[in-house]
Amino acid sequence: MTQSNTKRPEPRFEQPWHADVFALTVHLNEAGQFTWSEWTETFGATLAAHRLDGALDGGNDYFLAWIDALETLLVSKGLATGLDLQALKDAWTTAYQNTPHGQPVKLGT
Amino acid sequence: MHADGDGISDMTDSHTHSHPHSHLPDDPVLRVKALETLLVQKGLVDPTAVQAIIDTYENKVGPQNGARVVAKMWLDEGFQAAMLDDPMPKLQELGYYGRQGEHMVFVENTPEFHNVVVCTLCSCYPWPLLGIPPGWYKSDAYRARVVREPRKVLSEFGLMLPEDTKIRVWDSTAEIRYLVVPERPAGTDGWDEDALAGLVTRDAMIGTGLVQRPTT
Repeated sequence: MTQSNTKRPEPRFEQPWHADVFALTVHLNEAGQFTWSEWTETFGATLAAHRLDGALDGGNDYFLAWIDALETLLVSKGLATGLDLQALKDAWTTAYQNTPHGQPVKLGT
Repeated sequence: MHADGDGISDMTDSHTHSHPHSHLPDDPVLRVKALETLLVQKGLVDPTAVQAIIDTYENKVGPQNGARVVAKMWLDEGFQAAMLDDPMPKLQELGYYGRQGEHMVFVENTPEFHNVVVCTLCSCYPWPLLGIPPGWYKSDAYRARVVREPRKVLSEFGLMLPEDTKIRVWDSTAEIRYLVVPERPAGTDGWDEDALAGLVTRDAMIGTGLVQRPTT
């Protein structure tokens, strides 16, 4: 059997955060927070907006658009605010900066 | 690409060289952490369920499922007819049913027609049968061009179709997902389901490739 006919490695997530934001979205959809059509409409519009800055290659840039779309949809549903998300991002940044190397990074209580 | 951003499941910095504090992950990693933290705090997300979803798509679902169905269609005319008519009952029996695969349509290649699948809106894809789409399926280059100039795009995949073969492009939606049933290659008479399934590639089921019999 030639190499070209053997099973190729199947595509997986290139980065852990790709998997994380994908799974969060699927979970929220299954929990009934939004329909999949609502998701694809928001995501499609976000991809179209990102495309204005140049063609997307379907890798990291695709999942950056995914994050934007999920934030947009959660805000439009009243499930999050930009301020909440920024505050938590800042808190994680501080946590990383204050945690000794090798220790688990956790948010302060 | 920076490869050391950690995920929800791993909050420990994995670098081995000496730092006074933990390595600060890339911006998108922090944004995703913020999203998850907020959603967990609000009780909207169960981290265990999120991990289960990741595990499913990392380890359990992939093109081997679609390949199994295609091989069954090649071997069993009754099954093939049922799948082309309404695949959902059989897919449920086989356990290849679930999120983003609730409404499947199987489109069959023939000498006259070649089928190819795209999602021009985003990246709708039959997850239960093919897993997570490859990067090129999500790229603007593929999504925009395969509709406009399918023959040229397929040639870039190394797929040169005869001039008189017509190409049908199927645009997936949030509701309907398509899977291409490739032609069974010559010289595979008597092959069993496992052997046939082993020939069927992801690209063949998207329509950017053909199934070929091994040469040796």
